[in-house]
Amino acid sequence: MRVSGIVLLVLAVGHVLIMHVLDDGVDRVDFQFVALRWQSPFWRSWDWLMLVLALVHGVNGLRMITLDYVRRPATRVAINGVFAVTGVALFALGSIIVLTFDPCAWPGVNC
Amino acid sequence: MAQRRTARRVSGFGSLYKGREGQWSWLAHRVTGVAIILFLFAHIVDTAVVGWGPDAYNRVVEVYHNPFVKVLELGLVAAVIYHAVNGVRIMIIDFWPKANLWNRQLIWGTLALFLATMAPVVYVMGRSILEEVL
Repeated sequence: MRVSGIVLLVLAVGHVLIMHVLDDGVDRVDFQFVALRWQSPFWRSWDWLMLVLALVHGVNGLRMITLDYVRRPATRVAINGVFAVTGVALFALGSIIVLTFDPCAWPGVNC
Repeated sequence: MAQRRTARRVSGFGSLYKGREGQWSWLAHRVTGVAIILFLFAHIVDTAVVGWGPDAYNRVVEVYHNPFVKVLELGLVAAVIYHAVNGVRIMIIDFWPKANLWNRQLIWGTLALFLATMAPVVYVMGRSILEEVL
């Protein structure tokens, strides 16, 4: 939690300020914006690292909360199992998109 | 009067826990953390729609341009900034246990830093929301 937290301090706060606050925020985000942004390996690496760390950090936090409030072991294992499966599935989906996205595959896109 | 109110709350398990600043910062850390991870689950899926091309992605991202959703977005930014600043306080106490003596002051410090960061954020994002509504 500490290690992922301190890296996320830079990655997630930076992401939130760049994407949501500065330079018109989320108004400027569309397909073309993502196509240009993900031409840079720097932003792809940033986003992929953030994806991994945020999922590990967040799912671990949810696990800690069930350890606090869910007393029955079977229920706890079931709930944490759902979180774990969700985390792995979203890690797979996010990784495939971040690593393989090719804007040039679409007609009419500047790339 | 205040004494009677306290006395009524005493149960067989002892009196109501009154942790003051520490208890509330712990609760705020938890609530903001859960809010952020639940949003993240949805956000990974909505971003993944770029893989289905411009028509699909532009339609999905249009949701974020709605002024009501932008109010929620402001709440999300606040949650991330609070969680980050308060997380630094937790790490300071972890790695330098003596800081615990100043815990209450550190909590007020995190709150001040959070509010100082949020002031320009509310101005910038709030203006964008108002421009759309008015």
